[in-house]
Amino acid sequence: MRHLLSTVDLGYEDALAILDTAEEMAAVNEREVKKLPSLRGRTVVNLFLEDSTRTRISFEAAAKRLSADVINFSAKGSSVSKGESLKDTVQTLAAIGADAIVMRHWSSGAAQQLAESGWVDAAVVNAGDGTHAHPTQALLDAFTLRRRLAGSRGVDSTGTDLTGMRVVIVGDILHSRVARSNVWLLHTLGADVVVAAPPTLLPVGVGSWPCRVTYSLDEALAERPDAVMMLRVQAERMGGAFFPSAGEYTRSWGLTAERFALLDSRGGQVLQQPVVMHPGPMNRGLEICDAAADSPHNTVLEQVANGVSIRMAVLHLVLNNDPEA
Amino acid sequence: MTATTTDAPVLLRGATLPNGGSADVLVADGRVAAVDSCAADQSRDVETIDCAGLVLLPGLVDLHTHLRQPGKEDAETVETGTRAAAMGGFTSVHAMANSTPTADTAGVVEQVWRLGRASGWCDVHPVGAVTVGLAGQSLADLGAMADSQAKVRMFSDDGMCVHDAVLMRRALEYVKAFGGFVAQHAQEPTLTAGAQMNESELSGVLGLAGWPAVAEEAIIARDVLLAQHVESRLHICHVSTAGSVEIIRWAKERGIDVTAEVTPHHLLLTEELVRSYNPVFKVNPPLRRDEDVHALRAALADGTIDTVGTDHAPHTAETKQCEWTVAAMGMTGLETALPVVQEAMVETGLMDWAGVARVMSATPARIAGLEDQGNVEEDGTPVVGSVANLLLWDPAVRCVVDPATHTTKSRNSPYEGRELPGRTVHTFYRGRRVVADGVLAEPFRHAPVEEAR
Repeated sequence: MRHLLSTVDLGYEDALAILDTAEEMAAVNEREVKKLPSLRGRTVVNLFLEDSTRTRISFEAAAKRLSADVINFSAKGSSVSKGESLKDTVQTLAAIGADAIVMRHWSSGAAQQLAESGWVDAAVVNAGDGTHAHPTQALLDAFTLRRRLAGSRGVDSTGTDLTGMRVVIVGDILHSRVARSNVWLLHTLGADVVVAAPPTLLPVGVGSWPCRVTYSLDEALAERPDAVMMLRVQAERMGGAFFPSAGEYTRSWGLTAERFALLDSRGGQVLQQPVVMHPGPMNRGLEICDAAADSPHNTVLEQVANGVSIRMAVLHLVLNNDPEA
Repeated sequence: MTATTTDAPVLLRGATLPNGGSADVLVADGRVAAVDSCAADQSRDVETIDCAGLVLLPGLVDLHTHLRQPGKEDAETVETGTRAAAMGGFTSVHAMANSTPTADTAGVVEQVWRLGRASGWCDVHPVGAVTVGLAGQSLADLGAMADSQAKVRMFSDDGMCVHDAVLMRRALEYVKAFGGFVAQHAQEPTLTAGAQMNESELSGVLGLAGWPAVAEEAIIARDVLLAQHVESRLHICHVSTAGSVEIIRWAKERGIDVTAEVTPHHLLLTEELVRSYNPVFKVNPPLRRDEDVHALRAALADGTIDTVGTDHAPHTAETKQCEWTVAAMGMTGLETALPVVQEAMVETGLMDWAGVARVMSATPARIAGLEDQGNVEEDGTPVVGSVANLLLWDPAVRCVVDPATHTTKSRNSPYEGRELPGRTVHTFYRGRRVVADGVLAEPFRHAPVEEAR
């Protein structure tokens, strides 16, 4: 694997290889000395052109545990307002000696542009681009689900996929790179994916995505999913532009205490205890109730820990890329 | 207009006429002096150009060109843009008003007109802005621009839509005073806020904000009804959707005085190219679906769409070599327009060369009211006695497009690496061979402008 740009073009074998490598990394993360020499002497640049503390520190921890030298480059606002083009920025990083560029960018497609531009030779890892893709988030979600599934069956998760699982993704699908990346990846790994959202927050053409679509969260929950992934509602979507009010959103698409209790009591397709996922940060009381946010079946913190393992796996694979493979 | 120098007569021997026949054409005193098989006999002593295998077309007329001067001379100037026009076979271009300052006063349109005259590669007709600063708030100096030396008759806020219905109505009414017309950039602004590409299944997957077809179609529907109501003349710039074609067809059937243009790129390219996130494919209106491309071709062939406008939109490298969402919108087009039309319309059997002469010269000249352009018979044969604005086109060659070799100052051609048919061999502008054997020659020299008192 030369770059990681999106999950749409990530095949089953590659996805499984990343998850399996992440299992090995997770074992390292459980040791007292959480360090591997895999990337000693290599330089990883975290180029974050959009605010994101969580993803950046996750990548930073991942690179450091693989013994890479890490450079953090953060800048807010567009390259235009900053006065320097992306081309100049990344060529500067290349001159410093970046072997991999982990990029968070406000523009959809920026990671693919960088990978295909010929501006740099570095491996490119997409850490979120506009409203397009966030592949490591989807991978860590899949990793989390796979561990839960294997755990419930009492088997080792390595080599397994998500066949039989039903996952509901709820909320702002239109603007969510997390949703886009998850729909394709979870489908590739064999899960049955359902998206539930108000019609205004579903993109045109969602009917052609590899998932089912419903406007009713209650209908989706009645199908006894194994996981409910609640997306964050952005403040700028409120105020009547996409739905009438926060209260109405919560009533129809929020994981309220009542819905959470129902989810818990019904059980899932393959998991006795369905899980609640959230890419964070959560809006308590809006898309998720306190009970669901604090439940042991909420995987938010597990997702964060798994994120480091997944990002170690991705960095290891792109920087030890065998062009012959 | 008179030339300060008169070129010696030349005989175009054995050119293929758009009707498929062959003829010798004598160009003398800046005019088409004779078109027949025995012109040669009348003029044994004149210079002869072997035109075997070359199609003789009227010089092309573009109703939609961005020459970028004044204001963005790093992307294009009147001089470089009209050189590109001549290389593309154009003898007349209409310079859109979105310059800096905006072409919304007599002073700016006269400046552009003078620069065109000084360049001498083709006629330059400035388009006047409809509203001050293209801001859509109040009418620009329409009458002053019409009365200026530039004699503006075409008004457009191109780049911006005249979205206010009352303002559009008033503009359509006002230009009737001097036989003008309004060319609308049909884009409902609230439906397209932040739009990046055609709204479709693909935009959803790529995570790019969509530009829905309805935003174009709703404005066209409104404006044809307004044009009918106030009995004025409307032109629709760069029609890009199958739905727009249906509305225009309906309007024409009702006798509404509407004309429409399509760009070369909308006749050939589709939104699939956006998958690359390469901003060279970012344009407004955006590249649409394959169904739209085919509807636009059919509409151009059956006359629902009247003309091809290049929407030649040169941009500097730095505004294209950047993130998709902040990249400039637009593509160069003057030098690839006829190759694309040959590929999309002629080689598909949808249109013959007489049709090409109609949609790329005679009809746009009629729309803009140009006396010296597009003077051909129904079958595309040049009218004897008309000003010699002519193009000799070699349809047999095929070339891989290399923007680095283009004459325009900018390199943002979406056809880079694509093989396209045809090549300009000679362009005659007012009798002067401004392109000779595929290379720029000498420009035409206009008589000095009489200073306004």
